[in-house]
Amino acid sequence: MVAISVQNINKKYGNIQALNNISFDVQQGEIYGIIGPDGAGKTSLFRILTTLLLAESGTATVDGLDIIKDYKQIRNRIGYMPGKFSLYQDLTVEENLEFFATVFNTTIKENYDLIKDIYSQIEPFKDRRAGKLSGGMKQKLALSCALIHKPTVLFLDEPTTGVDPVSRKEFWEMLQNLKAQNITILVSTPYMDEAMLCDRIALIQEGTFLQVDTPDNIIELFTQILWAVKSKEMFRLLNDLRGYDRIKTCFTFGEVHHITVKEDLKMEDIRTYLIGKGHQDIDVYAIKPSIEDCYMQLAQKTKV
Amino acid sequence: MKEPVIYTENLTKKFGAFTAVDNISFSVDKGEIFGFLGANGAGKTTAMRMLCGLSHPTSGKGSVAGYDILKESEKVKKNIGYMSQKFSLYEDLKVWENIRLFGGIYGMESKRIASKTDEILDELGFLAERNTLVRELPLGWKQKLAFSVSIFHEPKVVFLDEPTGGVDPVTRRQFWELIYAATDRGITAFVTTHYMDEAEYCNRVSIMVDGKIEALDTPKNLKLQFEADSMDEVFQQLARKATRKGD
Repeated sequence: MVAISVQNINKKYGNIQALNNISFDVQQGEIYGIIGPDGAGKTSLFRILTTLLLAESGTATVDGLDIIKDYKQIRNRIGYMPGKFSLYQDLTVEENLEFFATVFNTTIKENYDLIKDIYSQIEPFKDRRAGKLSGGMKQKLALSCALIHKPTVLFLDEPTTGVDPVSRKEFWEMLQNLKAQNITILVSTPYMDEAMLCDRIALIQEGTFLQVDTPDNIIELFTQILWAVKSKEMFRLLNDLRGYDRIKTCFTFGEVHHITVKEDLKMEDIRTYLIGKGHQDIDVYAIKPSIEDCYMQLAQKTKV
Repeated sequence: MKEPVIYTENLTKKFGAFTAVDNISFSVDKGEIFGFLGANGAGKTTAMRMLCGLSHPTSGKGSVAGYDILKESEKVKKNIGYMSQKFSLYEDLKVWENIRLFGGIYGMESKRIASKTDEILDELGFLAERNTLVRELPLGWKQKLAFSVSIFHEPKVVFLDEPTGGVDPVTRRQFWELIYAATDRGITAFVTTHYMDEAEYCNRVSIMVDGKIEALDTPKNLKLQFEADSMDEVFQQLARKATRKGD
C-alpha cells in the first residue's frame, strides 16, 4: 500500500525554485530518506506534505488523503517533528506530552505502549522543563510528542542534527521499532551514515531529485574508478592531486583522499607524479565506494 | 624544545558536589588539528570554557597560546579565535559589517581590516555577497564565513565548537579544507564534533567520558587499540560506559 504519493510538486519563493517537479511514492512501513544539503528544499517538501504550506502546482496524498481537500484529516493522522525544536520550553517534559495528547483527544495512558521504549528513557526527568534538556533528550521528547496520537505516517525533518553519536544510534534503533509496527517514516538528514539505514533514499539538490533507490543500489550504480591516496602531508597532497589533469575528482575523507580517475591512468603514474612533487610515505590503492562517494559524485555533476 | 600551544595539568572544574571536568591533562602542538570528542554532558563545553579563559578552574593548571589560563585569561582571549554552531555571526548585520565588527573587537587597524576583508571574501568566493545580510546566507556559507571571521585576527589557536552540525558532505569538506589551510599556516585548531567520520580529519583525538579523558591518540592508533574499524566504533565502546546522563 502506498502511504505517501507525490506528483509533480512545484514550489517557488520569488525567483527561487525551491521544489522542481518532485514525484515519488513511499510504501506503508517504509523508512524513506530525503538526503541533501541545507537549502535543497527538504523542509519545503515536508511542510507541503504536512499541509502547512501550499505548493504552486502538483498533487499529493498522505494515507490516501488529498493534501489540500483533506488537510484536516491528514493533520489528525500524521506525526511531524520539525527541524527546529518546537515544544514548549517552559513546560515540563510531562506537561508537553500531556498537552499534545490532549490536543489530539487522547491520553498518555492510552498510547503509552507505542512511546514506552522512547519515553521511559526521559521519564526520570519528567518534571524538568523541556528547555533544560540536552540535545538527545529533547529529540526523544519531540519524538514521543509526535507519536502520542498513534500516527500512521511520521515526518521527521533532520531529527538528529546536534545529537551525539550514542543518542543518534539509539534514535535510529527507535525508528526501526516504529517501522516494525507498520508506521511509515519520511526522514531528512544531511548525514550519509543515516542514509544507509533507510529502505530507500532520494538524493535532492536545488529542488530536484537526482536519484531515488535503495542505498545498496545507489552504491552498485557507481561506475567511476575510485582510489584512496595518502602521504605524509595531506593538505599539500590534496592540492597536488587536484592539479593533476588525469584525476577527475579529489575529495578528502580524513585519513585518506578519494580520487576518481580517467580510465587510462595507472596507480604507478600517480606515484611517480607525487614522488616528483616531493611527497613521502605515498600509498595508493583501490577502494569500494561508499554512499558518501556517490553523493559527492552526484553533487559534483549538477554543479557543472 | 617545542612549546605546546595548549597545555593542561590535572585541570578540574567542580560545580558544588558535581565534578564536571575531572583531572584532565593533555597538550596540543602548534599547527595541530586536535579533536575533542565526548557525548552530550561529558564535560567538553566546561573544559573548553576554561581553556578560553571564560571559566575559572577549581584546581589544576593550564596555558593557551603561551598564557596562563588562571592568571592571564585576558591575554588568552586576545590570542584565540572561537566559533560555534550556536552563535557565530550577527544575523542582522551584513557580511562586511560582521567582519568589521570582529576585526575591531580584536583591535585590528581599519586599513588592515579593509584589505583583509577583500582577501577573505575573495578566498571564499563571497565577493558578491559583501552587502548581504548574514541571515540570508545558506547555513553552509554562514559557517564558512564564521570560521574565516574567527581566524581573521590570526590567533594562535582557534576553538571550534561543533562547527559543522547540520551540514551536507560537500559543504563539510569545504569547511575542513579551510581548517587544513589555517593549520598549514601554523594556526592550531581545537575542534569538537558529534560526527565520527570527522574525527578522521584530526591529527589526534581525545574522547571524554564522565569528565575524564578516557582515550587520546591518533585516529589510526585508537582504532588499533580498540580493535575497531571506525572512529564511531571506538566512540560507541567508550561512551556507552558513561554513567552520567546528558545534562
